[in-house]
Amino acid sequence: MSYTRLNSGAKKAAVPGPRVSKDGDGDRSGAAGGAGEGRVLNVFSHGFLLLWAVMIVLPLIWLLLGSFKTDSEIGASAWSWPSNWNFDAFTRAWDKGIGDYFANTLIVLAFSIPLTMLLGAMAAYALARYEFPGNRFFYYFFVAGAMFPVYLGLVPLYFLVDMLGMLNTYQGLILVYIAYSLPFTVFFMHAFFRTLPTAIHEAAVIDGASHTRIFFQVMVPMAKPGLLSVAIFNVLGQWNQYILPMTLMQQQSGFDKDRSVLTQGLVLLNQQQGYEGDLPVIFAGMTIAMLPVIVVYLTFQRQVQSGLTAGTLK
Amino acid sequence: MQQGKYRFVTGFLIVPVMLYAVFMIWPYVQTFGYSFTNWQGQSQEMSFVGLDNYTALFSDDVFLKALWHNILLLVFLPIATILLALFFAFMVNVGGRGGSGGIRGVRGSGIYKILFFVPHVLSIAILAVLWRAIYRGDVAGLINGVFIKLGLSDPAHPIEWLNDPDLVLWCVAFVLLWWGVGFYLVLFSAAMQSVPREIYEAALLDGASRVQSFFKVTLPLLWDTVQTAWVYLAILAMDCFALISVMTPGNSFGGGPDHNSEVMATYLMRNFLSFGKSGYACAMGVVIMLLTLFLSLVTLRVSRRERIEY
Repeated sequence: MSYTRLNSGAKKAAVPGPRVSKDGDGDRSGAAGGAGEGRVLNVFSHGFLLLWAVMIVLPLIWLLLGSFKTDSEIGASAWSWPSNWNFDAFTRAWDKGIGDYFANTLIVLAFSIPLTMLLGAMAAYALARYEFPGNRFFYYFFVAGAMFPVYLGLVPLYFLVDMLGMLNTYQGLILVYIAYSLPFTVFFMHAFFRTLPTAIHEAAVIDGASHTRIFFQVMVPMAKPGLLSVAIFNVLGQWNQYILPMTLMQQQSGFDKDRSVLTQGLVLLNQQQGYEGDLPVIFAGMTIAMLPVIVVYLTFQRQVQSGLTAGTLK
Repeated sequence: MQQGKYRFVTGFLIVPVMLYAVFMIWPYVQTFGYSFTNWQGQSQEMSFVGLDNYTALFSDDVFLKALWHNILLLVFLPIATILLALFFAFMVNVGGRGGSGGIRGVRGSGIYKILFFVPHVLSIAILAVLWRAIYRGDVAGLINGVFIKLGLSDPAHPIEWLNDPDLVLWCVAFVLLWWGVGFYLVLFSAAMQSVPREIYEAALLDGASRVQSFFKVTLPLLWDTVQTAWVYLAILAMDCFALISVMTPGNSFGGGPDHNSEVMATYLMRNFLSFGKSGYACAMGVVIMLLTLFLSLVTLRVSRRERIEY
């Protein structure tokens, strides 16, 4: 968090950031004195960086503005400015279902995230710190899951969940989310538990602590930074999941409650309002769906970046 | 010291393994079996039809079109994303250059890194809805708005991005590029930062230009990461379900106009959920998996070279 602040502060004041200021003088003399090439390239590269930055920010600002416009303002021109700054569209979006979709997502995540973390950490710990026959097998068994596209299992998964009577139920989606989050969680926590010193474990054993107790009272507290990274990763992943809820959370009959999650609900809302012509509602709905992840990201951006990229690096 | 070890290990593993095996591995395995049947879904009635589904797939024009689109994406998406991300990562990490030999990023590199990553934390569903609005075919779309402002297109006849058979697929690909560049920028940054600064400084002392130090120093040292990125982007290019199904025109899961943006995932879902052809859909799932696996293996093999230790 402090990192974000440092940098944004540096931008406002238009001075080099802390890392740069260390030898900022050298930069200046170098650019002015010697290398003409350096300067041209700098303008060029900065141009590209700025262009891309605009391309990232412009749609998001446009989206936010759209939720304050009226329907005719949106339809008239992409560049119209909202005439009034009230939150009507947000209220309408919330009432049209976004509120419920939001709640559904929260209910699912309230169970799936802690359980994913608990089960993932348990499996990773047992695999990382204990030698037993089949250890390697189970490790690769978990890690292999990340290699296959979700479409491979989708059709049988639907009928399996149907057979268990769990289509369009929270518990069904929770269990599936946990299963699909385990490969990365186990992979990451396995690596993390391996880095923890063994001496502490031995000391705890000598003090007569049981294996379970060592895990919960010694290892988990020590693994907090790793657990946090993985938890953020899982929150973002499950919050943003689309294909699984789209397949598994469909109303089974007219009497069945609509338990769509946020991403799915947003797409539904987009379809409905496309016909009804209430565009500000779509923009407001998107803003509502986006805000939590943007806030989580800006707060934990380092962990988010490292967590998400660690999943890719071998 | 190790008393009760096995009981403990079993206790810790049993629930995660069961959950994972039941909800993930077992459906994966079942798909293979079902792909040889004419299963229609709801009832368990089905008969074994051998490779019929697979032969049908390869004479199904829509599927072949979808496959071709996936292949197009597979070729162009990784190239565009990796090149752009490498360029940005180079600028952000070692592009800033001072006369006194400092190796660092250009000004404001921290901000760029935070900003460029933003799209990656948004869900693909949000991206799809957002970009559908951006690509709108009238003056209200953001891109048409910009084009008209710049005088690049006629306000009376704006470009109908998503209704144009030749443009629609590339419109979707651009969203993936927009989404992915920031992520790979961060990934490549991490790799660049683990390269010892002395290597760059030595290149600098030897009088290497920025372009030279990029191609002769940075790229070879980053090869492993580029290769991983390629595999991940290939997997991404095989998917595209949410974007296509929400952004593009067409009944049930998009793919229009006239299947010009159809990909295997959307066709799979349409066969499964709308047509009830579960066995056929399973065969598609297997093809997607085989292709993905094949690609990862080929990428890893072709791009294998001497690993540089530092």
